[in-house]
Amino acid sequence: MDSSESLWQFMQQQSGKLLQQTVQHIGLTFISLLITVLIGLPLGIYITRHKAAARLVLGIAGVLQTIPSIALLGFMIPLLGIGPLPAITALFLYSLLPVIRNTFAGINGVDPGVKEAAVAMGMTPAQRLFRVDLVLAFPVIMAGIRTATVINVGVGTLAAYIAAGGLGEFIFGGIALNNTNMILAGAIPAALLAIVLDFLLSLLQHTGAARRRVVLTLLPLIIVGLSSFYVLPMRFGSRLLAGFTPEFMGRRDGDIGLQSVYGLHIRTVVISDAVMYKAIYKGKLDVISGYSTDGRLKAYDLVVLDDDKKIFPPYYAAPVIRRDVMQRYPELAPVLNKLAGQINDSVMTALNYRVEYLNQSPEQCAREFLVSRGLYQPARNGSKGIIRLGSKIFPEQYILTDIYASLIRGYTDLQVESKTGLGGTKICFEALVNHQIDCYPEYTGTALLAILHPPALESQQLAGNRDSVYNYVRRHFETIYDLEWLRPIGFNNAYALMMRRAEAQQLGIHTISDLAGYLKTDKR
Amino acid sequence: MIVVKNITKTFGTRKAVDNVSFTVGEGENIVFLGTSGCGKTTLLKMINRLIDPDSGEIWINGHRIVDQRPEDLRKKIGYVFQNTGLFPHYTIEENIATVPRLLGWDKKKMAARVGQLMEKLNLPPDHYRSAYPHELSGGQQQRVGIARALAAYPPVLLMDEPFGALDPITRASVRKDFKELDELRSKTIVLVTHDVQEAFELADRIVLLDKGKIVQQGTPDELLFEPAGDYARNFFEDQRFQLEAGRIGATDYPALIRAFDHFRKRQH
Ligand SMILES: Nc1ncnc2c1ncn2[C@@H]1O[C@H](COP(=O)(O)OP(=O)(O)OP(=O)(O)O)[C@@H](O)[C@H]1O
Ligand SMILES: [Mg+2]
Repeated sequence: MDSSESLWQFMQQQSGKLLQQTVQHIGLTFISLLITVLIGLPLGIYITRHKAAARLVLGIAGVLQTIPSIALLGFMIPLLGIGPLPAITALFLYSLLPVIRNTFAGINGVDPGVKEAAVAMGMTPAQRLFRVDLVLAFPVIMAGIRTATVINVGVGTLAAYIAAGGLGEFIFGGIALNNTNMILAGAIPAALLAIVLDFLLSLLQHTGAARRRVVLTLLPLIIVGLSSFYVLPMRFGSRLLAGFTPEFMGRRDGDIGLQSVYGLHIRTVVISDAVMYKAIYKGKLDVISGYSTDGRLKAYDLVVLDDDKKIFPPYYAAPVIRRDVMQRYPELAPVLNKLAGQINDSVMTALNYRVEYLNQSPEQCAREFLVSRGLYQPARNGSKGIIRLGSKIFPEQYILTDIYASLIRGYTDLQVESKTGLGGTKICFEALVNHQIDCYPEYTGTALLAILHPPALESQQLAGNRDSVYNYVRRHFETIYDLEWLRPIGFNNAYALMMRRAEAQQLGIHTISDLAGYLKTDKR
Repeated sequence: MIVVKNITKTFGTRKAVDNVSFTVGEGENIVFLGTSGCGKTTLLKMINRLIDPDSGEIWINGHRIVDQRPEDLRKKIGYVFQNTGLFPHYTIEENIATVPRLLGWDKKKMAARVGQLMEKLNLPPDHYRSAYPHELSGGQQQRVGIARALAAYPPVLLMDEPFGALDPITRASVRKDFKELDELRSKTIVLVTHDVQEAFELADRIVLLDKGKIVQQGTPDELLFEPAGDYARNFFEDQRFQLEAGRIGATDYPALIRAFDHFRKRQH
């Protein structure tokens, strides 16, 4: 089990990735710092000479900084897509204020007597700037650059959401997987990076007047040098580019499995699933890790690669219900089971597509589906009792909950109360165990890996087999939690690798093995 | 030669300099004297265009100052600040060599010139060449300020209370070294002070200012013995005896006695 492994072991195991992410993070930090300084410094200088513009410029930079960083990244996506460009732009905008403000304050803070002396000696404005103002304002300007650097290191973790890499990959992967070691493996180096860079810059900041001119010439070189860190690792690897969610990156049944079982070594960026589908559609990615029933599969004309070596455990959905509720209302189970086997992958994908993409309400969608299957019955408005249905916070679960609600109202005298949007697996499951809800749709694979956590060996033996996983979770839920798994609905919302249909066809890739094979021959 | 014609400078509603005209001859030392706030600094700064007048014109050696690039003008005018205005990030040598460096002198010539000035101003070069201003006493800093103003042999020297911030003993010593500088002989110097003694010691001619206006200009003797009104008379009253005594040869007894009587009368 993961949590018994120490942080140190985790970091050693993942040292390659850790190094790569750290180097990327440094690069990302300094590339945007470079741009920030290149733009912020002249702007700061400009506003010391045009005081009227000062308020406007500082105001705008100030407003930029109050935008929550994640929102700033969000604004960037429609404008600049995914990857380094929007991430660097967002970081740049975010760190602009301290550089402009400190340049402005630093130059204004130079002793007016000294400034006047420079004028009186016959220095030109440029000579005054470079020989007097900037050199004397240097400590204050450096303080601004330090602040900007620390901001960049911190906000840079969010770059992992839009495929720009960095230590955020571990942090957000760890959060998604509830893996503390993974979170710390990203968070500790990020914090150390901020502290170390801040310290090193503070040494530069406090260099005496004599060596300051040396620092002033060296500093740009250092920044440019560190910026190149970001570009270097991007050069290597396969022609195809994969975008995986942070969660997928860290899972046994994710990237780790792809590498060990299929020998699939693909150039990979980490990206949030909110922007992943659009990115592959736009051709920015070639392979993504999605869910096999996601409506966007249909919307963007993607194909699922066949998992021919069965590393993704089945995620068959079925209602999970408390046994005490089932016994109290014996009519309930047969009604819920009416849906068993009714929805296959493509039907579920189509339903999701209607909700996610055509913006139909889950309720309407559920009703039309039942009507088309001849299962719809108007509500009886009975008053025998109340069933509380839960759902996680995504469209597929909303649709399923609405279908079940309609079935219960139509076929029994029970009332239904929907508690939709219960966050993730953990919240839903806890609510069920603690009698806050009576029933919710769960997936076999999720129950296996996120709730039961069987030893690695046992889950490997189960892997891939639909019935054995279902039976395993059913047995254990009953004995451990007194919960009953009803019959599966039919579809398998498993992890899946997806490609654009056109590209997959052109390259003749149908299975993950095909993809691995193609990548082996394609390596430069 | 500096010719100043009808210059006026207003800050807000206050006339800091009010329709002032004067001429400084080639090689002449002229001292502006007046109480705090009477416009001395403003006047001085208009000569090297640190401040531009609202109206009026200034010529230096036959050229209107507004017809030259201000940077070029300033490199030909030495300026000593009341508060030294040394560059804190430059060594003493770099401070003194500021203008020569801007003029692109070669290194050897610059080093030699710096050494020469430091010797003349009693700043042992071996000791202080590579020191920073904050490592020097106020008097030493003021010497560096003077050396910096003189470095590139400017024909004109503007000095704003150059000894003002020093204690009396240091002031006397810096002033003595200053007076003995051979290079000052041929220079046109405009010096600002509120110290009457100093004015009398250094001036060929004194311009007495009040509220931005010239009250009287003339030689020290003229101001002392032929004051052009109450303000001028009262201005020297406190120090009249010492001043007059200083002016009169030590053997001119009748004049001395006249001066002493005058002094005694005022005491009662
Ligand atoms: N930049 C400025 N803005 C507004 N008023 C000014 C400015 N410079 C000078 N003044 C005003 O102009 C007047 C003359 O100032 P100036 O500095 O020339 O006096 P000063 O004779 O040099 O006095 P001090 O002996 O105290 O140095 C003063 O009333 C001062 O308040
Ligand atoms: Mg003054």
